[in-house]
Amino acid sequence: MSGIALISFEFKESMMIALRALRANKVRSALTMLGIFIGITVVVLMTTAIKGIDNSFQQGISALGSDVLYISKWTWFSNTPWWEMRNRRNITMEDYEKFKALAKLPEAVAPTMGTRQTIKYQQKTVDNVIVMGSTSDYIKTTNLTFEQGRFYSEIESKGARNVCVIGSQVAKDLFTYGNAIGKYVKVGPVNFRVVGVLAEQGSFLLGDMNPDQQVYVPIGTVFKYFSGHRSSSITINVRAANTGAVENTKAEAEGIMRKVRGLKYDDANDFGINQQEGLVDQFNKTVGVIQIAGLFITGLSLFVGAIGIMNIMFVSVKERTKEIGLRKAIGAKRRTILAQFLFESSFICLVGGIAGLIAAILLSFLVNQFIHTSVQYEAVVIALVVSLITGLVSGFAPAYTAAKMDPVEALRFE
Amino acid sequence: MNIINIEHISKVYQVGSEEVHAIRDISLRIDKNEYVAIMGPSGSGKSTLMNMLGCLDTPTAGKYDFTGVSVSQMSDNELAKIRNKEIGFVFQTFNLLSRSDALHNVELPLIYAGIPSHERRKRAEEALADVGLKDRMHHKPNELSGGQRQRVAVARALVTRPSIILADEPTGNLDSKTGEEIMILFNEIYEKGNTIILVTHEEYIAEHAARILRIKDGLIESDTPVANRYIPKLRAEVNQ
Repeated sequence: MSGIALISFEFKESMMIALRALRANKVRSALTMLGIFIGITVVVLMTTAIKGIDNSFQQGISALGSDVLYISKWTWFSNTPWWEMRNRRNITMEDYEKFKALAKLPEAVAPTMGTRQTIKYQQKTVDNVIVMGSTSDYIKTTNLTFEQGRFYSEIESKGARNVCVIGSQVAKDLFTYGNAIGKYVKVGPVNFRVVGVLAEQGSFLLGDMNPDQQVYVPIGTVFKYFSGHRSSSITINVRAANTGAVENTKAEAEGIMRKVRGLKYDDANDFGINQQEGLVDQFNKTVGVIQIAGLFITGLSLFVGAIGIMNIMFVSVKERTKEIGLRKAIGAKRRTILAQFLFESSFICLVGGIAGLIAAILLSFLVNQFIHTSVQYEAVVIALVVSLITGLVSGFAPAYTAAKMDPVEALRFE
Repeated sequence: MNIINIEHISKVYQVGSEEVHAIRDISLRIDKNEYVAIMGPSGSGKSTLMNMLGCLDTPTAGKYDFTGVSVSQMSDNELAKIRNKEIGFVFQTFNLLSRSDALHNVELPLIYAGIPSHERRKRAEEALADVGLKDRMHHKPNELSGGQRQRVAVARALVTRPSIILADEPTGNLDSKTGEEIMILFNEIYEKGNTIILVTHEEYIAEHAARILRIKDGLIESDTPVANRYIPKLRAEVNQ
């Protein structure tokens, strides 16, 4: 027999011998698999859940637009003490008007002013909804899309008409059945006519920033009904022409804002020009920590499973000492014995791993009810490779012990 | 033609700080189609000699040629190959794989010989038929009697068509009637031209062989042909 034919023959036969041995000890094989099964299930499920959280966040953030600057009294993620930022002058509608007139680079500029209100429609209420006041240009600073209707117009915006656009979640809560367009909802104590319903696009991870849970009204109505003209600071949303233009737009915006605010050359900025990047960084840091901690803990369960296999394989080798002695006496080479036991352990792991993977895929449908996710192709490959390696590594020491047994001693073993 | 040619072999074991001379100096020739019984009290070096003859162990010093090939310096894997091809083992405790049927047990050495599965099966079936177990092929050891188990083991030893059959107390775990049946089987094998080495401590069993080798203190005490070899027959025939 040629070298390759011999190796493939031995490979096949060792596998058959290993399968026979596993079949002969069904209960033990199944219990050993359980360790790897649980390990692989939790690892795959963990990665899937993290992937889902990440997807959800990225999707939500892109609905907000990645090329938008938020000029605000508050600087996000900065080391400036909050009381210092609180004492800054408010950004007013006048600042916005001046800024808009001077800015050349932005694609769109819109002032925003939020307030929390209870929204009512007939018997139904949604509490603590962010009501976002802005102008008709607001829609141009976002990537929001519509389920029904439209955004409020320039005329409605300038006239501070009682019209509103509602987020998908708000729409679901208030209008379980039928059309929302044209209906009047109560925002706080005031009636507003619904002109548009947003398509679902946000993510619960964005919290208050999730457009699904917001209501959009002309900014004039916010000042009129909910807060005084001067009492709070607005945010100016500035959208760059494209992602490549963000830096230039930001530089221009800083210059204009300093001018508008009348700052001298050695005064520090009394406003922040914020970007989602900060939000993304913060999120990635948090998820990174969760990921490492999660993988460590779930990896630990896999490790325990591997130790279980090693343990069982050692017992199995000890118990079958006489069998090993016989096999060697009648002509089994060291490598044949080694292969037999390695096959046993890797087969246990592979079957356990595949079962774990199937369980994880089934459970991921359940997870999918909460976070939009599915088991990744890479996770499948990695899970299988990890199970196989676990089998080989945890089986090696016992298999080697078996392979190097002295046939005379082994045959004498009782 | 001589199959086994041993010249001045010795075997020393290190037990703690003490050296144990299991075999001091043994020279021996066994020719084709001989039926040799090896006898000796426990501790005589009988088992060590058997392990050496069976290529399970190598001598500390001396020369051992097996079918003209020197095995005294062989590696583990080379010895495994010789055992597989040239030696058929029969043990006192049968040493069958308890979870496998008779057929698979007999096939086992052929697997290690690299014989493809269909041929393996055919040869294993033939070997089982030769020992009279044609209708017990798919029985597991625990479904067979002691005598039948030993027959399976004999079939396993014969299936590779080895140069020697090495039987270590093959009747030790059997009652005298079944033991006798096994000895009849050995006699048949011998008469077909095979070479048998039988290790035993029972004079009565040894007299089935044509030559008796007595070992004592690691040396050959005597090496004599059996003048009146006991040729076993079925008891039924004897009674007639």
